[in-house]
Amino acid sequence: MAEPAQGGLKPSQGGRRRWRPQWTARMALIPAMTITIVCFYGFIIWTFVISLTRSRLLPVYKFTGFDQYFRLFANERWWTAMQNLAIHGVLFIGGCMLFGYLLAILIDRGIKAEGLFRTVFMLPLSMSFIVTGVIWQWVMNPGLGLQEAVRALGWASFEFNWIVRPDRSIYTLAIAGIWQQVGLCMALFLAGLRNIDPNIWKATRVDGIPVWRVYLHVITPMLRTVFFTVFILMSAIVMKAFDLVVALTGGGPGFSSDLPARFVVDHILNRQELGLGAAGAFVLLCTVIAVISPYIHFELRKERGGRGH
Amino acid sequence: MQYNRLALYGLLGIAALMVLSPVFIMVSTSLKSMDEIRNGSIFTLPADPGFAAWGKAWFGDCAKTLGDKCGGLSSSFLTSVKIVIPALALSVGLGAITGYALAVWKMKGANLMFAALLVGMFIPPQVTLYPLIIMIRELGIFGSIGGLILVHVIWGIAFTTMMFRNFFKTVPQDLLKAARIDGAGFWRLFWHVMLPLSLPILGVAMILQFTYIWNDFLLGLTFGGRSGQPMTVALNNLVGSQFGEKEYNVDMAATMLTALPTLAVYLLSGRLFVRGIAAGAVKG
Amino acid sequence: MNGVELCNVTKAYAGLTVMENINLEIADGDFLVLLGPSGCGKSTLLNMIAGLEPATGGAIHINGRDVTDLEPDERDIAMVFQSYALYPTMSVRKNIGFGLKMRGMPKDEIEQKVAEVGDLLQIGPLLDRKPSQLSGGQQQRVAIGRALVREPSVFLFDEPLSNLDAKLRADMRIELKRLHERLGRTIVYVTHDQIEAMTLATRVVVLDRGAVQQADTPENVYRRPANRFVASFVGAPTMNFIDGKLMQSGDDIVFDSGAGALPLVDVPVGARDLIGRSLTLGARPEHLLFDPAGIASRVLLAEPTGPDQYVRLAVAGSELTARIGPEQPFKSGTDARILIDGARMSLFEPQNGQAITLG
Repeated sequence: MAEPAQGGLKPSQGGRRRWRPQWTARMALIPAMTITIVCFYGFIIWTFVISLTRSRLLPVYKFTGFDQYFRLFANERWWTAMQNLAIHGVLFIGGCMLFGYLLAILIDRGIKAEGLFRTVFMLPLSMSFIVTGVIWQWVMNPGLGLQEAVRALGWASFEFNWIVRPDRSIYTLAIAGIWQQVGLCMALFLAGLRNIDPNIWKATRVDGIPVWRVYLHVITPMLRTVFFTVFILMSAIVMKAFDLVVALTGGGPGFSSDLPARFVVDHILNRQELGLGAAGAFVLLCTVIAVISPYIHFELRKERGGRGH
Repeated sequence: MQYNRLALYGLLGIAALMVLSPVFIMVSTSLKSMDEIRNGSIFTLPADPGFAAWGKAWFGDCAKTLGDKCGGLSSSFLTSVKIVIPALALSVGLGAITGYALAVWKMKGANLMFAALLVGMFIPPQVTLYPLIIMIRELGIFGSIGGLILVHVIWGIAFTTMMFRNFFKTVPQDLLKAARIDGAGFWRLFWHVMLPLSLPILGVAMILQFTYIWNDFLLGLTFGGRSGQPMTVALNNLVGSQFGEKEYNVDMAATMLTALPTLAVYLLSGRLFVRGIAAGAVKG
Repeated sequence: MNGVELCNVTKAYAGLTVMENINLEIADGDFLVLLGPSGCGKSTLLNMIAGLEPATGGAIHINGRDVTDLEPDERDIAMVFQSYALYPTMSVRKNIGFGLKMRGMPKDEIEQKVAEVGDLLQIGPLLDRKPSQLSGGQQQRVAIGRALVREPSVFLFDEPLSNLDAKLRADMRIELKRLHERLGRTIVYVTHDQIEAMTLATRVVVLDRGAVQQADTPENVYRRPANRFVASFVGAPTMNFIDGKLMQSGDDIVFDSGAGALPLVDVPVGARDLIGRSLTLGARPEHLLFDPAGIASRVLLAEPTGPDQYVRLAVAGSELTARIGPEQPFKSGTDARILIDGARMSLFEPQNGQAITLG
């Protein structure tokens, strides 16, 4: 049936006499449109094209098919980086969500000085990954940092030298990463908790259900879209993770804490392996798309649903 | 019930302590002398706090570095300021106009374009890094502040547009109709009606964009060259340089100096930051 | 001609035609109410007159000028919205003056006009407040002021009273009517509220499913509905409908529903031609008359409303609602005798619901 006024300000059709604001609106979109088309999608295609060539220091357009991808998948450092991405991803995302949710629940229990706690937990968010990396590098310094401080307290055999151990360095990334991002997860979960109808709480109190059971069986299932969003956001952060590795471990010792994002930048900027770096970048993009596409789908569906009535 | 409350505050207190201790360690280390650092614990307060390390971090140590520069952060601080102010103004301004055009002036393909822009926010910068280098070099602004500003605008537009579009979408249609009937065109509707309405969102977008641009490392590293080194890059170089003995107090002072502007903005803006961070979270 | 004229106006969304060939003439100074259920297209029609939505086909004339392709601000109209749509960041003064400012009127002139309108609507003391500091009724006045100050040749109202509570709505209705009588400007007014339509309009256009069902004076829309839709949409409680035939019974004419014969009184002469045909009879609740000469019926429920009572009756295989004064209370389960005021009844074709005009 005739849905009134749904369309908003639509351009009139037919004879055109004077300059129409709709045309100005179109022109105002030109800069953003250019950036989107050229700098986002055009450049993705360009990178893909480079990945099909044997470019090293400079782009040369001699195509070698998927050679660079074969080289990439035969590259041990790449696989270390990918493996690290998986380990770091699980620890970082899992840790952020777990601790973020717990903090949000604690804060939501009706505490005093809520603003203070919230400010504290979100404080690291305002600092850069570089700052975070440098601070934690110092804290985890095996000679003068945490290890030494605990030993000085009397626990002589205490060991916390992960940052210099090739088999442990990747875990230090998760520690620093969680420290920085847990506040964001907390804020998102807290917003979700605050959105829950207070009558739900009244109902469970009338029914005499213990608080922890309410969180486990009632509240948590209600927050599944929040969990989904947080998961996606944290994944996006993990896959772009570059600064933190550079500042915290420098990818080391050796390449033991390398990540794909760093691998790509290193090969493009420092190692004159443009083709290989481009191939790595493209694989990285495919990983991102695989994780993000359900989210984009979800957002757009929400958008469409929201405009119904 | 009482014990429950006690446990609640206990847990929160421990968590707050864990979050704050690295910050505390950074500050206290920066106020110590190297001797004290070598012989003491990272958790102790400085016995004789002094700002010597801060001075060194800011002005550099002319005895140690080669060349004419002393390696302090003061010059890169200035660079960061020169980058962040125009990049902030341009990316927020362009985002506001684009978001307004997309949300209010329903055009064919507006939703498609918004979706394309939204996806753009998730693209890892590494993927488009090399073509961007070539573009900036062809424009003749590689290694300059101008180049970095442009790159920040390109990378910021998706986020700022999203913030403003989503806000302007919530403005009632009737209000827009009333303004059209009153005779306000594209720019006058924006200037007289929409922009005054969006002041809170404008604040949020400015604060977050400031934080993102100031904290950026990859773009500064790639496009800054020697003359356009922002503070994060300079900090990383300072900490990573291997000349002589490592001075942890100077490192921490430099870290503190780098973190200070965004920390200050965060603490002063409070609620706005919290409000925006959820919306802008995708930026990471 | 002056006023507003719609010629074959058509509206389609994404190829789906929702309105076809709407023709309307709104005379200069008319208070025209577009009445219909939600989704009937009345707001779309108003938006097309305003230029906020383009017409897919046809032409719109305002004061003899073809405005079909003009922007809203070029059409010499002003509009008042259900949500008031005041600019939240501007003071009342700025809100009212905004349209004049956009047209480049000098400041002191704007100031003077705003003051005049402020006096007229008695919102002078509020001029320096922000909309958020005003009550709903005050906001509505400001919205009307914003339209008045421009002195357009046509005012468009989009359900302007729907957001007000019942008492305020009644007050504003009176005020709008006074305003129209005083200014004499053309008004096109959209509502789904039939009371507003009946009280305010000089002409009512009833719309349903994107088509004009009837365009006439409020009295005629009520007394002589053009079809079953109009008959059932206008009037509360709604009109009673009974399917059956007119039959001769001695000297009288009765309406035979198959389950009983309802006696009619004062039947117009022309109705005799229809005897034996299948018809739908429509009788408003006040046209069911309690009379010892009537047919026996059973009282199912009586609802006193204060000035009236609505009596639900089972009679001749149907349930009918009658309206009567409160003096004589009815009790459920008792019997009552009724007949139908034939002079005021409506007759419809059972197939298409069109009204049958009696000669």
